[in-house]
Amino acid sequence: MKRDIQRYTANERSSHWGVALLFILAALSGLALFHPALFWLSHLFGGGPWTRILHPFIGVAMGLLFALMAWRFAGRNRIKAHDRQWLAQWRDVVTNREDDLPRVGKYNAGQKLLFWTLIVSMLVLLLTGIVIWRAYFSGAFAVGLIRFASLLHAFAAFVLISSIIVHIYAAIWVKGSVGAMLYGKVSHAWARKHHGLWYDEVRKKER
Amino acid sequence: MATQDVIARSATTTPSPSVRQQEDVAKLIDTSLCIGCKACQVACMEWNEVRDEIGSTVGVYDNPDDLSADSWTVMRFAEHENAEGDLEWLIRKDGCMHCAEPGCLEACPSPGAIIQYANGIVDFNQDDCIGCGYCITGCPFDVPRISDKDNKAYKCTLCSDRVNVGLEPACVKTCPTGAIVFGSKDAMKEHADGRITDLRSRGFDNAGLYDPDGVGGTHVMYVLHHADKARLYSGLPQNPSISPLVGAWKGLTKPLAMLAMGATALAGFFHYVRVGPNRTEEDADDVEEVLPPVDERDDHHDADRGGQ
Repeated sequence: MKRDIQRYTANERSSHWGVALLFILAALSGLALFHPALFWLSHLFGGGPWTRILHPFIGVAMGLLFALMAWRFAGRNRIKAHDRQWLAQWRDVVTNREDDLPRVGKYNAGQKLLFWTLIVSMLVLLLTGIVIWRAYFSGAFAVGLIRFASLLHAFAAFVLISSIIVHIYAAIWVKGSVGAMLYGKVSHAWARKHHGLWYDEVRKKER
Repeated sequence: MATQDVIARSATTTPSPSVRQQEDVAKLIDTSLCIGCKACQVACMEWNEVRDEIGSTVGVYDNPDDLSADSWTVMRFAEHENAEGDLEWLIRKDGCMHCAEPGCLEACPSPGAIIQYANGIVDFNQDDCIGCGYCITGCPFDVPRISDKDNKAYKCTLCSDRVNVGLEPACVKTCPTGAIVFGSKDAMKEHADGRITDLRSRGFDNAGLYDPDGVGGTHVMYVLHHADKARLYSGLPQNPSISPLVGAWKGLTKPLAMLAMGATALAGFFHYVRVGPNRTEEDADDVEEVLPPVDERDDHHDADRGGQ
């Protein structure tokens, strides 16, 4: 049998899962402070004060690691003409009628949109997070700005968490994706089916 | 004994034990009678056993120059030149206003860290405080302060411990001019009416009661000689209310965002159930065709960077 294709290097996989783990921690600790119904999540972090102490540090670590990963992935995530076509045919996408879709590169338009959504929401979270970080920074800002940052922080977190829910579901939905990010490999058929242009590129390089 | 007189509790979505009916209390501070002696500040420190660090004078009578976790009330001294060119010394005892609609309580994420009692007192329960400072963000009067010692938020309790046993707050007890009085809110309004009538007869046409509607009224009220210009009193807001930003942050967004995130996850689940997974049929050709192995080391040459 043909050897599988390398889709993600060990470094890419590690940085992805590093960000993923930090995201889980940041999201759980953030949700604990967001809605009373989820305050019990603060027990996972050692109680309310510890949740308050840890959350911003986890967030900054996630932001920095994400920045490194985003730097590496950015070039592959520029939106192209075939991506717009792919998006226009979203009905074919969600009904698994993939044969009718334009062939796409290493990432499809959905993945690219996710990428840029993450960039924006992470940036907003980092900047607003500093403004509302009472222990070190809030004293330097006017209360009006702190209020605005609090609202924006919650909104950006909502966008990020919702996007990641979609991201996780897409990975469960499209079989082979989780393996790609865990072991780094995809089959030839998988690459041809989901990322035709990227597959051509890989084959060209092989010859 | 359980507390049975709680109207509101921070970060709590079900009613708190609230069968006990109590009369609204209020502290009335008459700025026209205040001589700025700071006895109230001292009484507050004494009763509550808090001692601020000795600071340094900032060139005005304000001392300390701001509220802190150890100074729950401060006198603010404003020099105002009126239309006749006369100096008016407007002294205001600053501290928690005990709003009927408290911004601190609205903003607090920790269940039970801020409690509003049936008599109107808004109290911080530091046992449950996590030190996030959201109460500062929510407060329209810039009152709560986080302690450097323990990272808990502190402010005037309206001497809830004294009021609970039928005593007046310490500042009221000590005030030598009767500028601070305490009683039922109705009685305090009535008392204020008398004072306002007196002030108006003395030429303060705009004398009035400060009990701002924007926060549902307060349980600390002022008699002001210039009720139309509250800002003169060291920046007392004329029409304070919980900021719409705080309202949006803590109001509608919370349930809506929770609902939307839950719906997103559910949509995924039902998509899986109805449409099903997207599987790849392995092609027989791939099995037969012999290809040179993909060299993993290629990836270290940044093969995946750049355009497509």
